[in-house]
Amino acid sequence: MLPEQGSQHARHVDTLFMALFWLNVFFFVLVAGLAIYCVYAFKRREGVKTPHITHNLALELIWSVIPTMLVIGVFFWGAAGFLDYSVAPGNSLEIAVTAKKWNWTFTMPDGSVYGKNIQIPVNTNVKFVMTSMDVLHDFYVPAMRVKHDVLPNRYTEVWFNAEKEGTYHLACAEYCGKSHSDMFGSIKAVQPAEYEKWLVDGPPEWATMKPEELGKIAYEAYGCNTCHSVDGTKNTGPTWKGLYGKTEKFSDGTTTVVDEAYIKESINIPGKKVVSGYENQMPAFEGQIKPKLFEGLIAYIKSLK
Amino acid sequence: MADILTSPHAGADVHHGKEIDYIEAKKGIWSWMSTVDHKRLGLMYFWAVVANFIVGGIFALLVRITLLTGNHGDNYFINAETYNRFFTLHGIVMVFLVIIPSVPAALGNFVLPLMLGAKDVAFPRMNLASFWIYIVGWTMAITAICLGMVDTGWTFYTPYSSTTNGPVSLMALAAFTLGFSSIFTGINFIATVHKLRAPGMGWFDMPLFVWSIYSTSLIQVLATPVVGITLVLLTIERAWGIGVFDASKGGDPVLFQHFFWFYSHPAVYIMILPGMAIISEIIPTFSAKTMFGYKAVAYSSVAIALIGFLVWGHHMFPSGQSQLASLVFSFLTFLVAIPSGIKVFNWLATMWRGNIAMDTPMVWAVSFLLLFTIGGLTGIFLGSLSTDIHLHDTYFVVAHFHYVMMGGTITAFLGGVHYWWPKMFGRMYNEGPAKIAAYLYFIGFNVLFLSQFVMGSNGMPRRYYNYLPEFQPWHIASTVGSWIIAAGLFLALGNLLASLRKPKDAPDNPWKGTTLEWQTQSPPIEHNFHDQPVLHRAPYDYRTPVSVDREIH
Ligand code: HEC
Ligand code: HEM
Ligand SMILES: [Cu+2]
Ligand SMILES: [Cu+2]
Repeated sequence: MLPEQGSQHARHVDTLFMALFWLNVFFFVLVAGLAIYCVYAFKRREGVKTPHITHNLALELIWSVIPTMLVIGVFFWGAAGFLDYSVAPGNSLEIAVTAKKWNWTFTMPDGSVYGKNIQIPVNTNVKFVMTSMDVLHDFYVPAMRVKHDVLPNRYTEVWFNAEKEGTYHLACAEYCGKSHSDMFGSIKAVQPAEYEKWLVDGPPEWATMKPEELGKIAYEAYGCNTCHSVDGTKNTGPTWKGLYGKTEKFSDGTTTVVDEAYIKESINIPGKKVVSGYENQMPAFEGQIKPKLFEGLIAYIKSLK
Repeated sequence: MADILTSPHAGADVHHGKEIDYIEAKKGIWSWMSTVDHKRLGLMYFWAVVANFIVGGIFALLVRITLLTGNHGDNYFINAETYNRFFTLHGIVMVFLVIIPSVPAALGNFVLPLMLGAKDVAFPRMNLASFWIYIVGWTMAITAICLGMVDTGWTFYTPYSSTTNGPVSLMALAAFTLGFSSIFTGINFIATVHKLRAPGMGWFDMPLFVWSIYSTSLIQVLATPVVGITLVLLTIERAWGIGVFDASKGGDPVLFQHFFWFYSHPAVYIMILPGMAIISEIIPTFSAKTMFGYKAVAYSSVAIALIGFLVWGHHMFPSGQSQLASLVFSFLTFLVAIPSGIKVFNWLATMWRGNIAMDTPMVWAVSFLLLFTIGGLTGIFLGSLSTDIHLHDTYFVVAHFHYVMMGGTITAFLGGVHYWWPKMFGRMYNEGPAKIAAYLYFIGFNVLFLSQFVMGSNGMPRRYYNYLPEFQPWHIASTVGSWIIAAGLFLALGNLLASLRKPKDAPDNPWKGTTLEWQTQSPPIEHNFHDQPVLHRAPYDYRTPVSVDREIH
């Protein structure tokens, strides 16, 4: 009746679900049993006079008070499970989720970006911070019994802790148009070591991509595109078009020919040499970009003639 | 004709030499179009509701046929976009054109003034206006369907609805217009109940039907304006790009949901209270026993109507509303469940030691009891926060609201139609097929929707065109159920229509009811009663025997 249980939270939800299920069965059998019993036991016979019973206070109190107590109990039980699911523990691994008709994009803590299928470490609190680029979507992982809308104008959160290794289905549970039902993904829980390896190697398709293609992914994933253009237009930072090999002038009056070493330095410690005409506004990326993507960035900048 | 004589009631006392009734009183199409007679308006609403139910039902069957498979490929004859339009139109037609007007506007219009011993509703012309506004709204909705249909779901959630193509604005304005029809009817009924009760009829001498319809009217008048203005804001946003709900224009999509459910939750009580209204009539009549806990049932209706305004947020637990709000809404939701539960127990207690005749209306009423109980009980899963998070927007919800809206209201409506049919048309229908239809419906219903509970708790989201293969057996079962229920419904309709070809053979009080509508001719004369009737017996008072003839003339 219920999908596989991927977390402790799922087990708690299921306990309540099953308790409610039996509560339902009990009351249904009671009501249906009485109704059907009446239909047979008090079948119409002509000339029978029925008793004139207008009410019975004791009986009415019983059937008002007992259900009220029961549902208040259910309320607290459900609320407890809800509260324990709705705030992510402080030490959670944070994954950013972007929903867009009809795709999920994940940005991992190291800044790498994946579509649709990701891996997470097992037995770890994982928090998803989500936003939408267009209409409402909803992040639903049935095995974890978690679900939360993804909104275009704010960040919402969902978290869980996968107890077992396995691949868990992710579905969109808020109607979003034509391919709503095809907007799914998968979250694979693996041992932490395997997860680390997957992070370094990136998704399988990276293995076959050219460095400059990886660089382009990194250019968007790490937000370089918010300050640097690739078509020559001036932005918060200088354009990357024609950057490689050019002689750069700095605000302290010195110059350098742009080579790989300079690019590496500019990314890791941008404040060391500030290009003349620009402010020292670039955040330092030292240690934040995966080696593979770092190589890719350099190759990408080189390719922009 | 022959079989009608074998029915327990018909042969007994067929009134001969009836007076001119309201149907014969005037002739010609114009006499119908311009009528201010509540009975004729009720009848016109009735046929409109039946026609719309068929349209909405066809969309439902198409949705179910599509879902026979969960992997459609690119060339399936119903594509994803068409599928989305089908479930949207099914929802819109069923909610705005069928269920909201079904009991109040169709049966309520016909029965309410009769039950009060009144000549008509308080504002007969307004009643006519309300009908024509309904027709205008209906025309707008049908135009929108013809112009290429709408794919927003009946909930019109933003920003999808502010950005998708199609005549969404026209459809929203259609719903807006239909709202006015419903407000007019509500105002009319409130005034009628306050002002036109027969001499001697105090508030607690009113039939419970009247109490429920009165509560429904209160909600209609108080809540409908909110959805009206919401839909207008949506239209403005679409037309002029003014950001109200669309985040990319600075609006807030969650605000739309609050507005929408502020109406639409009370609206589910607009839908269910009238169903309860009918059941509270049928059960005492066919048990020939007084209503147990009359006051509890009467107060429950009003309590449901009022607390029902405070629980809308239970549709939004995973939406991003504040946690505190979710806690409060969950708590209040449980409280509003109690009065509904109390009613079920009161109906059972009424049947207890009764003298129960399982005629067709009672078969429908017992079906109602069973189906509505399932609908109500499964609501506990959805009111409880942690389980709702898992079940929200899955087939579990689809099954739940069908058990309440269809298993509750539509079942009661069909019971009511079979109950008052002799009064409305002056004919008894054939009991055999009528009962077979009711049983088919009951079986089909459970096959159709029980399977959806299983899928839903297993995590099958709703509004899905494609789905995982593991769900297919349940989807197939559900679709087969939809055919069984369709067969039952067509049989019921055909059987009722067939009765219209017979001469008027219904006695004035075929079921030995105690309320005033049975104290006039079947069908009633144009002015309902010859003189102002005076309450001669409290409703559901079976201490003295009731006959199939009327007791007051
Ligand atoms: C907040 C805006 C901002 C972001 C984000 C940003 N940069 Fe910069 N970048 C600048 C500015 C301003 C300069 C020029 C001043 C300086 O040299 O520090 C600059 C300079 C550079 C230079 C030297 C350019 C030259 O003309 O000599 C490189 C290379 C560079 N950035 C790479 C990157 C990479 C790679 C990323 C993404 C991982 C990135 N930047 C992200 C603002 C940004
Ligand atoms: C013949 C009987 C019926 C069948 C087979 C049927 C079937 C369905 C199906 C398959 C859906 C789509 C579920 C989804 O994917 O979300 C649906 C939705 C719905 N149905 Fe029915 N239904 C029936 C009767 C009714 C009745 C009588 C009502 C109202 C009184 C009703 C109201 C709704 C509503 C409001 C929706 C939601 C539409 C939406 O998601 O926008 N249905 N129904
Ligand atoms: Cu979606
Ligand atoms: Cu609600």
